[in-house]
Amino acid sequence: MNPVVNVPPTMSTLDRFLFSFFNPDIAGRYWKAIAEGFVTTTWLGVTVIITGLVVGLALAVARAQHVKPLNFCIIVFADVFRALPPLVIIIILFFAFPYIEMAMSAFTATWLSLSLVLAAFAEEIFWAGILAVPKGQWEAARSTGMSRLETLQHVVLPQAVRMTVPPLTNRVMAITKGTALGSVVALHEILNVSSSASSESGNATPLLVGACAYLILFIPFVWFGRWIETRFAWKR
Amino acid sequence: METLLTVFFNVEIMKKVWPFLLQGLGMTVVLSLVVIPLGLAGGLGIAILSSLQRRWLNRVLIVYVDFFRAFPPLVLLIFIYFGFPFLQIDLPKFAAVALGFFLNTSSYFGEIFRAGFESIPRGQLEAARSTGLTRWQALVSVVIPQATRNVLPDLISNTLEVIKLTSLASVVALPELLNNARQAQALTYNATPVVLAALMYLLLLWPIVRLLSRLEHKSIALH
Repeated sequence: MNPVVNVPPTMSTLDRFLFSFFNPDIAGRYWKAIAEGFVTTTWLGVTVIITGLVVGLALAVARAQHVKPLNFCIIVFADVFRALPPLVIIIILFFAFPYIEMAMSAFTATWLSLSLVLAAFAEEIFWAGILAVPKGQWEAARSTGMSRLETLQHVVLPQAVRMTVPPLTNRVMAITKGTALGSVVALHEILNVSSSASSESGNATPLLVGACAYLILFIPFVWFGRWIETRFAWKR
Repeated sequence: METLLTVFFNVEIMKKVWPFLLQGLGMTVVLSLVVIPLGLAGGLGIAILSSLQRRWLNRVLIVYVDFFRAFPPLVLLIFIYFGFPFLQIDLPKFAAVALGFFLNTSSYFGEIFRAGFESIPRGQLEAARSTGLTRWQALVSVVIPQATRNVLPDLISNTLEVIKLTSLASVVALPELLNNARQAQALTYNATPVVLAALMYLLLLWPIVRLLSRLEHKSIALH
């Protein structure tokens, strides 16, 4: 499935390049669709981050209750969704679940699979943070009469979450970039819109516009990650 | 329950598609064996160059690393695969995939190795140099081994991500595991091949996930 290259044959090399990659007509024709894709990508990313972090934190808190059968289930969940490639999960949800009458939209399939993956990683990171709080703090808080949950809420979690900020930031960013995988199930996010615009017009300009949209979205994220890393660095 | 078995875990279909999926798994392994060493080498190169502490060079490296960490890997892959024909460069499928993954992977490995290098006190390099080792010898026999050990969990974690990344090659129809599973699914009108592929990924990657959990908890216990 090689793309159709639509370039007038008489052009010089530089003109061909400019015509194919920096074509204002084509950019003008498609920028609106790509902007809509930008909104979808952003919305998908935000919902994934919220769902993944909330579920991940809830699982870590549940794990801190030390109920054996429950912990076993949490560990299996975290292992499975850390091991499976997100694209495989999206494809199972979108293409395989309809066979058992559980069809879902492209958005739901992408949101659900990325949220599950983020929840699995976040659970492991939060759990590592909880373990890193010295045992004496637990005992001291309990001896003041706090319940297990109160101890977790007021003493352990505030310290644990602080430690988990840098690894969590990296993970959140890596998984949010997975929103591009939605294009495989024809979700109209940035990549899907710009690559179909590119093959429709036989021109690479929409791809370049799409790439710029991703830079606008994720470069601040990368910089934020760098800043966080210097601020909160894990002590090695 | 019965439909679940016939549609998701159909033994007949498993037997039929098994060899085809194994072929795909072979390609997944080959792709990983090409992309991981390339990415590691690229990342180590970035870290070594940035340890030279040349101001302009560091700027270039940071731009490279930030730029390619900002792009989703699938975007890089599609851009290379669909964009290069416009430059009249005909890149074979495998090369396009390897190049796209290299740009992404080398930046991640670069950041990890750089953090590793920074974890080694400068005095060590100076001490090594004062015993008469060249800069290069000091780097290879003093800094790199310790740095690698310090960031080993991150290196393994990223390696896991790279193996998972190879599933994206299915988008450009490179015949790896996920691609073959989807083809088999389309031919059999049955979800079993994709489920089987997921189980194969799980079998392949679960030991790495376990190892990681152990290493991470160990490194926290040391604090």
